[in-house]
This record gives sequence, structure tokens and C-alpha cells, in this order.
Amino acid sequence: MRTPSLPPKPWTKPSVALTLGVVTVAGFLLLDTKGVDVAGAFVKTGKDLVTLFLQPAAVHFTVWEAVQGIVLTLALGLLTTVFGAVPALFGGLLAARNLGPGWLSALLKGFVSLIRAVPTVLWVLIFAIGAGLGSVAAVVGMTFHSFGYLLKAYSEAFEEVDHGTIEALRASGASWPAVITQAVIPGAWPGLLSWTFLRFEINFTTAVAMGAAAGAGGIGFDLFMAAGYYFNLREVGAIAWGILIVAAGLEYGATRLHQASRAGHK
Amino acid sequence: MTGVGAVHKIYRQRQLWGGVGLVLVVIVTVGSALIAQFDLVEGFAAFPKALVWMGTNFVPDARAWANLPKILLRLGETVVVSVMATTAAAAVSFVLAILGSRTTRFHPGATVVIRALASLGRNIPVVAWAMIFLLAFGQTFLTGFLALFIESLGFLTRSYLETIDETASGPVEALRAAGTPWAPVVVHAVVPSVLPSLASWMLFMLETNIRSATLVGLLTGTGIGFLFDLYYKSLNYPSAALTTLAIVVVVLALEAASTLLRKVIL
Amino acid sequence: MSHLLEIHNLSKDYRGVPALIDVSLNVKKGEFVAVIGRSGAGKSTLLRCINRMVEPSSGRVEFEGHDVLALGRRALRSVRTRVGMIFQHYNLVPRLTVAENVLHGRLGFKSSWAGLLGLYSISEKRRAWDLLVQLGLEAQVHQRCDLLSGGQKQRVGIARALIQDPRLILCDEPIASLDPGSAKVIMDHLRRIADESGITIVINLHQVDVAAQYADRIVGIRAGRVEYDGSPKKLNKKTVSHIYGTDSQDMLVGGLEE
Repeated sequence: MRTPSLPPKPWTKPSVALTLGVVTVAGFLLLDTKGVDVAGAFVKTGKDLVTLFLQPAAVHFTVWEAVQGIVLTLALGLLTTVFGAVPALFGGLLAARNLGPGWLSALLKGFVSLIRAVPTVLWVLIFAIGAGLGSVAAVVGMTFHSFGYLLKAYSEAFEEVDHGTIEALRASGASWPAVITQAVIPGAWPGLLSWTFLRFEINFTTAVAMGAAAGAGGIGFDLFMAAGYYFNLREVGAIAWGILIVAAGLEYGATRLHQASRAGHK
Repeated sequence: MTGVGAVHKIYRQRQLWGGVGLVLVVIVTVGSALIAQFDLVEGFAAFPKALVWMGTNFVPDARAWANLPKILLRLGETVVVSVMATTAAAAVSFVLAILGSRTTRFHPGATVVIRALASLGRNIPVVAWAMIFLLAFGQTFLTGFLALFIESLGFLTRSYLETIDETASGPVEALRAAGTPWAPVVVHAVVPSVLPSLASWMLFMLETNIRSATLVGLLTGTGIGFLFDLYYKSLNYPSAALTTLAIVVVVLALEAASTLLRKVIL
Repeated sequence: MSHLLEIHNLSKDYRGVPALIDVSLNVKKGEFVAVIGRSGAGKSTLLRCINRMVEPSSGRVEFEGHDVLALGRRALRSVRTRVGMIFQHYNLVPRLTVAENVLHGRLGFKSSWAGLLGLYSISEKRRAWDLLVQLGLEAQVHQRCDLLSGGQKQRVGIARALIQDPRLILCDEPIASLDPGSAKVIMDHLRRIADESGITIVINLHQVDVAAQYADRIVGIRAGRVEYDGSPKKLNKKTVSHIYGTDSQDMLVGGLEE
């Protein structure tokens, strides 16, 4: 039986808000700006952003090469989604509280929490020690979070399957594997699909980050070079636009899928 | 169509679409592996190899423990910057969401503009923002702060907009039907109904930001990410391991605190 | 064997709260038994103890001579294939078609692999079609079940139970969510099935008039105990009000959802 939430003590909300506010203000005052002209930097950034977004131009690569970079990054994102989704499907079935024992569910979800506590970039770098910087380390490293996220999402989708349906099939003598493939998965299917696509979108932006920070190549690497090596603002702008369009497109698709799966559920 | 044929048809259709789907997934996956030059065999082999390596070499030693004060200091800085970015973004997003919500109907143009800006902040990866701000603000905390701030602004504004549209529409309609002017509607209908969800989103954002902060720090030479990068590049793996461990502890502690806070707030 | 189903001294309590107290009941093959009583009296629990969807606290359930409560996993599955069950909320897979839901009734007969892959034989598909015709659902064969009316959904549920070729069908408040017209259609189908195929029916109802109209025998449950077990003809207002603990007139108004 779930214990109900504790009644809020009157001083809890304001004191949390106050603490956060104090920390924020203190941070600004106490943290070291290392002699950087802050006001000037803001002005410069403002100008930079205008240049960036309104005057994009690529110098060190052609449009075709940029497209290749994006496709490579999409490929990395896709691989990590697939490699995360397949084990997460099995794990999600085991971790769903209506399908498996409670202790197993808690164990799996706890294990996944641990995995996700290590930032993705660190996973990739750790694997890069053995496999070298490149797509192998990137994909394997990114798959940890992909798996963890999808396991939790899938298990929730399975838990939402109507208990009565499962009851009916068990009452007619169906085995658990049959119940799972004939009732649970078809029932949870829209949710599974939409979560997977949502994760693909996240994996794309993560792959961009890994290209910049962990040697995975692709458009992220181009970004890193344009900003950190060539210092070419207009090129950064061009790349930012490219990423923005793809990511926003994926996000739009994922949101529509998610809403459709939610609607079907009501 | 009647008779057994009608029944057959359903199963044939399902099998056909299922087969097509599976083939498609396989083609896309293999294609991605080719594009990314991802060697599947190498990938699967790297996995156990790396885990074994981690067990032996990626463990803190005495020298690593001596670095603990430095690590904790950097970690503290990172946490503070994350809190600052999340709090500031939450405050600004709150205002933006109220102005841009279709429920509060402040101004029809505002909705479009605010949603577009939020998408910009959110779909350009935090990595890209970090690189942009690096150019003006250098290796100070402001770079990380601003990158996280913009990213959080994008995410929270959209989340808040959705929350307002979902939860407040009922009370808003009621008050509006009674002829209440705009500002009191916001204060008395919108704010009370959405505040718990907003707080919950903010906690979620904080957890995400702590993880992103490592990545940002790595790229911009600030915070705990910088320290990890330092140890990593100097092949001081035991210290890198200790840094990772410290990050894991902080993330898990934050998750626990956040779960507790949620029970009290919601 | 003389009785298809024998229940001896069945008791069930949930963490100290008794749901069934010393219930004994014997059902002959082909009987149409209606179990009546208030919500929470124990009707659902009783039904679910029969096919062991709920584990009783004590007592014995014998179906076709087998001690249901002592069966291992595989034997229990085998017994369950001979017991069909229909539910108040139909319990179909909403996104799948009528035909697919009906064929789900055959999964209990399949080996793990065939069940996993959902492979049905031609004869099974033929039987599914015949049942759909019997229940007037041929036009809906390709229809997704979430688009059906309540009465149609329940008929799919009945077809799913019938495709098992069961000896006994347990019905847990099957008409509680239906309007009177659809309810009559369902009850007529159940009565026809009992008369034509000799399948035994045990049905939970909270509408006494419906029970009296269709059943050969009525069992009245109150607070977990059997308070009446006999012909509907011998059921009078005093007995009904004793079972329900209120004025019996209230109970004769049509099917209200719990």
C-alpha cells in the first residue's frame, strides 16, 4: 500500500525557494570572474549572436560535407537508440511491477539509476581508453544512458497496460510468454514507439555533444573546430542552424507521436 | 470479405507489416553502422574488455584520495553554478510561460515568439551554447552558467507552457466567465494550480543540469569537467575514477533529495 | 463424477478481513447458477477462487474431480483451459481486432513457442469465424475492439471463452456495465449456450430479477456466507432483503453500475 505524501509544513516551500535564491545570488557575488570584463563580454556576446544567427556562412567545409556530418551524427544517434532499446525491452518487461516480482523491479531501476548517475561524456571517455576515440567508444558509451532511460520508460508503458486484459488471458490458461507477446506488447506498443523516438531525438543532440567533446566526429566535431580552433563565428552560426533544424524537426515528430500515443490511451 | 479468409487476412497483414518493420530497422541499423564506421564485433567485444579494465585500473589510489579536496571544491562550484542556472531559468521561464501561454492569452504574438525562442534554446545543444559563450567569457564560471541557463530556459519554458495549458485551463475559464481582469486571473487561477508541477520540473532540470555541467566543464575548462579532463589527459586514471565517483555520489544524493522534496511539495 | 464443480468449506480473507466464510457449493454439469448479493459480498472472490485466480485461505475446490488448489503450474493451466471467464469490463486488448481477441482464447492450449508467436491453426481460425457468426459479429471481424459498443465487446468476450470449448464458464457481473437492451442480448446468448451445448454457467449478478428469470438455481451471498441456495421460484422478498440487507424493492430496478 502506498503511503500518502506527507502534508507540507508551511515553512517548507518558502524556505526551499529562499535557499535556492540565496545560493544563486551568492554565486554571482562570490564566484571568480577571473578579470573578465563581464559587461563587455555580454555586449560582445550580443553582437556574436547576431552575427551567428543572421549571417551564417561556412568556410572550412561545403554544404555537402555538412550534410554528411549531420548524417553521421544521426547514424550514431540511431545506433545508440537501437542498442539501448533492444535490451531495454527485455529489462522493461522484467522491471514492470505488474509483470515481475517487486524486488526485481526495484533492483533493475536502482541499477539503472546508478548507470545514469555517471554523465554520458564520462562513459564515452572511459570506453575510449580501451577502444580509442571514435564511433565505437561513442556508441557504446552513449548506450548506457539510452538503455537506462528506455528501460524506465518501457517499464512504465508496460505497467499502464490494463490489468484486466492480463487477468483474462491468464484465466484461460495462457502462458506468461504468450500473455506478454499477445496482450502486453500490443497494448503498450504506441507508448513504446513514442518513447523510443523521443530518446532518438535526445541521442542525436548527445551525439553532437560527443562529437565536440569526445572525438566522435560528425557535425559536433565541426562545431568544436569552428568555435574552438578557427574562431569563426559565422561558421558556428551555420552549424548551429543545421543542428537546430534537424533537432527541432525530430522534436516535433517525437512530440506528435507522444501525443498520439497518449490520446489513444484515453 | 467473409469466412476464414477474413480471419486469415488479419494475421497475414500483421505478419507482413511486422516483417517489413523488422527489415527496415535492420537495414537502417546496418546502414548507420556502415556510415559511422562502427564495427559491431569490435563494439560488443569492447564492452566486457572495458568493464574488466575498469575493475582493475579505474579505481582510486592513495594519490587520487589526496586530490579529494580539490575535487570537492570543483564539484561544489559546479553544483552552485547548476543551481544558479536552474533557479534563474525557472524564474524567467515562469514569466515567459505566463506571457506566452494560450490559456492566459496575454498577446497572440507572444505565444509564437516565446515558443520559438524556447525551441531555439532547447534544440541547440548545450554544447553549442557553451562554445558560443566561451568565445566571450573565456574560462570563467559564466560560460557554463550561461550555457546551462539558456538550455534550461528553453526546456522549462516549454514544460511550463504545457503545464499551464493542461492544469490551469479549468480555473482560468471559471474566473474569466466571472469577468475577472487578466492579472488577478493569473494570480488566483494560474499560479496556485501550476506551482507544484513547476517546482517538480525545476527539480528535474536541476538533476539534468548537474549531469550536463560535467560536459560543459570539460569543453570550457571550468568546474568538475575540467578536472576530469585534466586527469584523463594526463593518464591519471585513478584520480579520474575518484572524480567520477564524486559526481555519482552528488547525482544520487540530489535524486534522493529531489524525491523527498517532491513528496512534500506535491 | 456426479458434480462438475465441488466447493468445500472455502474461506478467503485479505489480511484479516474475511471475504469468504466457509462457503460450500456443488454444481452439476449443465446447470445455470446465478450468484447474487451486494457489492463486496464476496461474489467476485468466490468466482476467482474456482479457477484459482485468487488463492483461497482454506477449503477445497474440485473441478472435474481434480483438486484445483493442489495443482502444479502446468496442470493448473490445463484446468483453466476448460474454464472460460467473462468480465464486467470485458478485458479485451483494445487495439487488436475482434478476430484476434477471440483467438486469444486458444493460447492456453499452445506450447510456449506457438503461444509466444501467436500461431493459430486453420481449424482454430475457422472456429473463430463460426463463433463470430453465432454471436452476430461477422461484420466486425476486422474492427478494433476499442471502437465497439459495450454489448459487442461482451459478445467478443463470450466468443473468446467459447473458443476454449470449456466445460464451465464463469461470468463476473457481465451485464453490470450494459444498458438493459444489450444486457438482455447477452443473457439470452448465455442461456442459449447453456441449453444447446450443455456448458455449465456460474454467473455473478446484482440484479435479482435477471437472476430469477434466467437461472436454474440461485445462490445468495451475504458478507462472505451462503445465505440461500435453491430454486429461483422459492426466492421471496424476505429472503432477498435478508441477502441484501435492505428493502428488496430497490434490488429489482435494472442494472446499475457499481
